[in-house]
Amino acid sequence: MTLTRSIQYPNPEPEVQTRKPGRATAMRLIVPLQGVVQGRGGLIFGSLIPCALFYFLQLYLKRHRSSNSRSNPPSPSTSSPNLAEITRTSSRSNLLSRGLIGPVRISSRAMSIAKPNDSPYYIGLDKASEDPYDRISNPDGVIQLGLLENRLCFDLIAKWMSENLSDSMMGREGGDLSISGITTYQPVDGTMELKLAMAGFMSRVMGGTVSFEPSQMVLTAGATPAIETLCFCLADHGNAFLVPTPYYPGVCSFDRDVKWRTGVELIPVHCRSTDNFILSITALDQAFNQTRKRGTKIRGILLSNPANPVGNLLSREMLYNLLDFAREKNIHIISDEIFAGTMYGNEEFVSMAEVLDSENFDKNRVHIVYGLSKDLSLPGFRVGMIYSFNENVLAAARKLTRFSSISALTQRLVVSMLLDTRFIEEYIETNKKRVQNMRDLFVAGLKTLGIRCADSSAGFCCWADMSKLIPTYSEKGELELWDKLLNVAKINVTPGSACHCIEPGWFRCCFTTLAQEDIPVVMERIRKVADTSTLCS
Amino acid sequence: MAIEIEQPSVGLSKVAVSETHGEDSPYFAGWKAYDENPYHESSNQSGVIQMGLAENQVSFDLLEKYLEEHSEGSSWGKGAPGFRENALFQDYHGLKSFRQAMANFMEQIRGGRAKFDPDRIVLTAGATAANELLTFILADPGDALLVPTPYYPGFDRDLRWRTGVKIVPIHCDSSNNFQVTPQALEAAYQCAESMNFKVRGVLITNPSNPLGATIQRSVLEEILDFATRKNIHLVSDEIYCGSTFSSSEFISVAEILQTRDYKNSERVHIVYSLSKDLGLPGFRVGTIYSYNDKVVTTARRMSSFTLISSQTQHLLACMLSNKEFTEKYIKTNRERLSKRYDMIIKGLKNAGIECLKGNAGLFCWMNLSPLLEEPTREAELTLWKIILNEVRLNISPGSSCHCSEPGWFRVCFANMSEQTLEVALERIHKFMEQRKRK
Repeated sequence: MTLTRSIQYPNPEPEVQTRKPGRATAMRLIVPLQGVVQGRGGLIFGSLIPCALFYFLQLYLKRHRSSNSRSNPPSPSTSSPNLAEITRTSSRSNLLSRGLIGPVRISSRAMSIAKPNDSPYYIGLDKASEDPYDRISNPDGVIQLGLLENRLCFDLIAKWMSENLSDSMMGREGGDLSISGITTYQPVDGTMELKLAMAGFMSRVMGGTVSFEPSQMVLTAGATPAIETLCFCLADHGNAFLVPTPYYPGVCSFDRDVKWRTGVELIPVHCRSTDNFILSITALDQAFNQTRKRGTKIRGILLSNPANPVGNLLSREMLYNLLDFAREKNIHIISDEIFAGTMYGNEEFVSMAEVLDSENFDKNRVHIVYGLSKDLSLPGFRVGMIYSFNENVLAAARKLTRFSSISALTQRLVVSMLLDTRFIEEYIETNKKRVQNMRDLFVAGLKTLGIRCADSSAGFCCWADMSKLIPTYSEKGELELWDKLLNVAKINVTPGSACHCIEPGWFRCCFTTLAQEDIPVVMERIRKVADTSTLCS
Repeated sequence: MAIEIEQPSVGLSKVAVSETHGEDSPYFAGWKAYDENPYHESSNQSGVIQMGLAENQVSFDLLEKYLEEHSEGSSWGKGAPGFRENALFQDYHGLKSFRQAMANFMEQIRGGRAKFDPDRIVLTAGATAANELLTFILADPGDALLVPTPYYPGFDRDLRWRTGVKIVPIHCDSSNNFQVTPQALEAAYQCAESMNFKVRGVLITNPSNPLGATIQRSVLEEILDFATRKNIHLVSDEIYCGSTFSSSEFISVAEILQTRDYKNSERVHIVYSLSKDLGLPGFRVGTIYSYNDKVVTTARRMSSFTLISSQTQHLLACMLSNKEFTEKYIKTNRERLSKRYDMIIKGLKNAGIECLKGNAGLFCWMNLSPLLEEPTREAELTLWKIILNEVRLNISPGSSCHCSEPGWFRVCFANMSEQTLEVALERIHKFMEQRKRK
C-alpha cells in the first residue's frame, strides 16, 4: 500500500495550541477558575493570585513557543518543565493530558503515577532515609520502623555468601552447570532446578505438612509482579477484588500491584479489633453484595496469610469457610503467603495448598503467591512465584511472566543456597528465635507504656493500639500523632489509615531492622510523646 | 453415592484468554519443531537447525574468560561486606554504579558520539519489559503506535497484549531497501486516524530486526521531524547497536539529538539491553533511556514490576566498568559477526539466493520470492513449511514480521558454531539444486 508520487507532502502542521485560537483562549480562561473551584484555601487567596500568575505564565510560554524554540534545551539533569512546578491542582494535569498545549502527552495511566507521593508512608520513608538513626554516629536520627525488612539474620547469609559465592555461580560442583547454562535464554517462567528447590523450601517453612508441585509454579521477579500478573489473568479492567483491611501499604502495596496497570478495583472488607482483625464471612458477604449492587463485578478475594500488617493467621476452619464462600459466589482466591516462613510462637501455619490437598474443594479458583523477599531476606534478588491449581491460569501466566523473569544468574545462586539444607535449617531456626525475641522485647516495651498490640504469630511487625494517645478518635487525630512521632519522637511508624484500617489509632511498627539495644531508645522516645499526648487530651 | 453437580467454572480475564500473545504464529511454531528435534553436531545430525532465534553466541568465550578471572566472590570483597546491602536493595532507582556503568557502555558502543546521563536510565528485566513499560506510559488503551514493517514478531505481544494499544504498520518495501519514507509515515498516520485511533508515537528498531541494517541518518532525521510535527513520541529500540559490523555505520537518535542541542528531545526514548550485544539474555537486563523527566519518573516507579536482580546489577557494574574488557569485547564481537555475515551471504549466493544488503545484527534478510508459486502469503508459508520439514531449518517467514512483500525470510547466524552454519548452508545449497532440476 504505497502512495503515488502525486500526493504532496503536507505542510508542517502548526503547533497545536495556535490551531484554534479562540477555543484555546477560552479553555485557558476556564482552567484557572476550575482551579479555584477545586482548590483549597480562601476564595481570594485561591483565585486572584494563582489566576494572575497562571495568565502571565501562559503569555510568557506562548511567546516563547511561537518563536518555535524551546527556551530550555533540556540538559539531561534538569528538573521538569516550569509548567509542572507552578501549581499542583488537578487543573494542571487536565491541561497536560488533553494534549492541546505544549509538551508531548503521556498516558492517563502514567499521569496518575507521576503525581508526587504524598502519603504518610512515603513521607516517613523519606525522612528516615534523609536522617537515619545510628547508635554511634547519629543518635538523634530518625529510627526506621516503617520498612518491612528483616536484618536480624544477615550475618548468616553474608557468611554463606563469602564461603560459597564463586563456586555457586560458576557451577563447578556439578559438571553440567557451566556459565553457558545461564547466559542464554532460559524458560521465562523459571528453571526447573529453581522450581524444585523452591518446592522443597516452601514445604519446609510451612511446617512440612504440604508438598508443592514444580509444574504448578510460575516464577517471577519478586512477589510484586506475581500479584499483578494474577490480577491480569483473573480480572478485567473495572472488575474488583475484595481485600480484608488492614492491608499492606507501601512501595509495593496491594494498591499499586493490583490497581495501577490492570485497572482492577480493591474493595476493602473491614476487620475489627474485637475479632483481633480476623476476617468475618458476614463482612465479606456484605461487601460482595454492596459492590454487586452498584454494578461492579467481583472476581475474587485477595488476602495475605500470615496477614500484613497484623501478623495473625487464618485458621483451618476459616480457610474452609473462605473456600465455601468463593465457591458459592464463583470467584477466585489469591492467598499471599509470603510471610509463612517467619512464624514465631506456637501456632501452626496452614497454607491454602494444605487445605486443598486434604479436602475435596474446587482447586481451580485458588492461587498462592510466594517469594524469598521476607522469609530469606533477599528482596534485592527478586525471586517470587505464582502457585496455581488452574491450568488455564498457569498457561496465561507463563506467557505473561516474560515481562518479569528472574535473572538466570540469581536463579543459579539461589538454587545453591536452597539446596544447602544444613544452612537452611540453621537459618530458619535462628531466624525464628531472633524474630521472636525481638518481638517479645518490643511488645513488652510498648506494654509498659500502656500500648497493647494485637495478637500475632508471624511477620516482622506488631500492630499497636495507640488510640489512647490520639487527640481525637479519628483519622485526623491518628495522623497528628503520626506526625508527632515522626517529627518530635523521630521514629517512623506506619499509621493504620495508610493500611486502610477502619479503626483509628493503630500503628504498624516493624522491629526487624532494629538491634536489641535500640529498643529502649524507641520506647523512651515514644514515652515522651505519649506523656505530652495524654496531658493534652 | 455422591451426586455429581456441574459447577460453573470460574472465569478468567480477557487478557488471559486472548490470542494477542501471538504464540500461535509460525515464528513460534518453528521453535516448537526445533524443540522436538534439535540439531546436534554429534548426536543428532539430521535434526532441525535453529535459525529463528536471534541470540549471540559468537563471543561467548570472552565472557566466560572474564567471569572466570573475575569471580563474583572477589568482587564482593572478603567476608562479602557489600553483600548485605545488596541483597536488601530493591530500590527501583537501581544501583548507581550499575547505571553509571551502563551509561558508559552505551557511550562506548556509539564510539563516544553521544553522551548518556545515568540518572535518565531506568532499569527493567529485559528489553521486552522496557518496550511494554514505555507503551503503558506513552499510550492509553485504544491508542496506536506506528511501527515500520517488517518488524520483530514479539512486538505484537509486547506492545499490545496487556496495554490494549494498537500497532499501525508503516509499510516499507524492497524498492528502496525497506527504508521508511515520509510518505509511508504520513500514510500510516492517516490510516490510524481513519480508524479513529489516536497515534501516540513511532517505534523504530535501529539497527532493524529483521532487516539486519542500520537506519540512515537522513531517514532518522525525517522520522524525528515527523514525530515533532505531529507532537508524538519516538521510541528507538537500539538493542542491536553493538552488533553493527563497523562502528561508524550506526547512527543513534541520541547523536542527532545532541547535534540539535536536545531541542524537542523530550519526546524521544531509547530502549537498550545486554541480551544481544553482550550475549546475556538470561540475565534479564534492559533499560529505558528517556529525555523526558516525567517518563523517567513514571517508568522508574512502574519498573517495580520488573526489577533487575541486585546481584546481577552488581556483577555487571563491575564487568561494564572494566574498560579493557568492554573495548576488547565490542571490537572482537563486531569482527566476528561481520565474518559470520560474510560467510552466510557468500554461502547463500553460491546457492543462488540474494539477501538484503545488511550491516548489523545477528541475522540476514533473505529473498526467496523467486521460489514462490505465487506472490502470496500462503505460498510463502507453504515454502516455509517445506524448509522446516524437508530442509530441516527453522527460519522466520516475513509474514510473521508483517512484511507486505511475500517471499522474504529472516535467517539467524550467530546462535550456532561455524560448523553448524556450514551444515545449514550445505542443506540450503542442496535444496536449491533440487529445485533447479525440477
